[in-house]
Amino acid sequence: MSDSLYTYAVARIRSKELSLLNSQAIEQLLAAKSYDECMRLLADRGWGDGEPGIGAERMLAAEREKTWSLIGELVEDMSVFDVFLYANDYHNLKAAVKLVCTGEEDFGIFISHGTVDYRAILDAVRQKEFGLLPEAMRAPAEEAYTALSQTRDGQLCDIVIDRAALEAIERAGRESDSELIAKYAELTVAAADIKTAVRCQKTGKSLEFIRRALAPCRSLDVYQLARAAADSLEAVSDYLSTTDYAAAVSALEQSPSAFERWCDNVIIESIRPQQFQAFGIGPLAAYILGRENEIKCVRIILSGKLNDLPEASIRERIREMYV
Amino acid sequence: MSSLGIAFALLGAALAALMAGIGSAIGVGMAGEAAAGAVTEDPNRFGKVLILQLLPGTQGIYGLLIAFITLTQIGILGGDPNISLVKGLLYFAACMPMAFVGLWSAIRQARASVASISMICKRPETFGKSMIFPAMVETYAILALLVSILSIFGVGGLSL
Repeated sequence: MSDSLYTYAVARIRSKELSLLNSQAIEQLLAAKSYDECMRLLADRGWGDGEPGIGAERMLAAEREKTWSLIGELVEDMSVFDVFLYANDYHNLKAAVKLVCTGEEDFGIFISHGTVDYRAILDAVRQKEFGLLPEAMRAPAEEAYTALSQTRDGQLCDIVIDRAALEAIERAGRESDSELIAKYAELTVAAADIKTAVRCQKTGKSLEFIRRALAPCRSLDVYQLARAAADSLEAVSDYLSTTDYAAAVSALEQSPSAFERWCDNVIIESIRPQQFQAFGIGPLAAYILGRENEIKCVRIILSGKLNDLPEASIRERIREMYV
Repeated sequence: MSSLGIAFALLGAALAALMAGIGSAIGVGMAGEAAAGAVTEDPNRFGKVLILQLLPGTQGIYGLLIAFITLTQIGILGGDPNISLVKGLLYFAACMPMAFVGLWSAIRQARASVASISMICKRPETFGKSMIFPAMVETYAILALLVSILSIFGVGGLSL
């Protein structure tokens, strides 16, 4: 019985939630006078790998590493969290295809956390042995490789792999027993489809191209969305007004980053009740998402401070925090 | 027929101990997992979470008490074990409140204990309050214990 309740894991996560950054901590970072002061504040909170004077990327990578090693310690079967890692897998696949087709060197474009080791993906693509990849990755890998090597069309390669990634996320959400994971997957796919549709509309893509780029999901009729995107931005807004994403229309009209912020805030709002759940995979999934959101916010603040952006400009990009 | 009477009475006593014991074992185990998680992060919480872990253990003790009283009443632990079928069935029925409520309340109390342990992890200062939530479930185990005890003594006084 307790195996599916994650009783031990949830109790530990509850303690770990105490060290998550809340809105006051974010305010403190925003109020910091410089990038270095921000880094100092984060180091004081235990961020990083213990080495003094490390860069922002290394600090954030160390934090992500801490999250996944904690979850690995708590959960025996990590496949329940694959939905969070598919984006990394397909990013690595995209990087591998581009690297092999262009013959360039690996310059640190791979992400270490995925369901498949990025080296295995790179080897499979290098040897053109797509059968070595997980089943769901084989066809898109081959299609993207062929598209890029024959047509040199990077965009075509991107949409093939991005759509495959979204399909993998959607499938994982549909098959998950966790309501939270299902909701996360649905929102992720729908948000990506909306962003793609808007981008395609702005760049004047054809209906066929848009249809090919959009991944099916339950909360959106992608054919209608594609038709709207092929028509005009107003048509996209009109269509979205009839869906669950009606509230996103104003953010979408504001800017793509405002829409991304809206999506992240919706996810955070939907996971917040998990703070009061004592059982199940939900609190663990919520912790992972909370940490990812925290890392994203810190990255925004650090890059803002590094580029001397005004505080107001950084603030409008900041997401709501989980705790 | 008289042997069936003692068989039913003994079955009732055994079920009271068995079901309440199973409930407590599940409950204490479940709360123990949460307690271990809490102590892993902060060993100073040991004393507080131990109390919360033990709360679902009381049903097992109540079940044992009911079984013991029944065994004494029906003469298994000394005396005359010759009781009628009707009396045996009455003893069986008398044990059932403790058996069922013991099993169910221990598991539900454990869930409340686990939630309270999570509460202590997040807000250590709420220990007093966190005790109350699982303790409320205890009320129903005590009510079942009372009903079972009164029934067992009541049946003992009947001449059937």
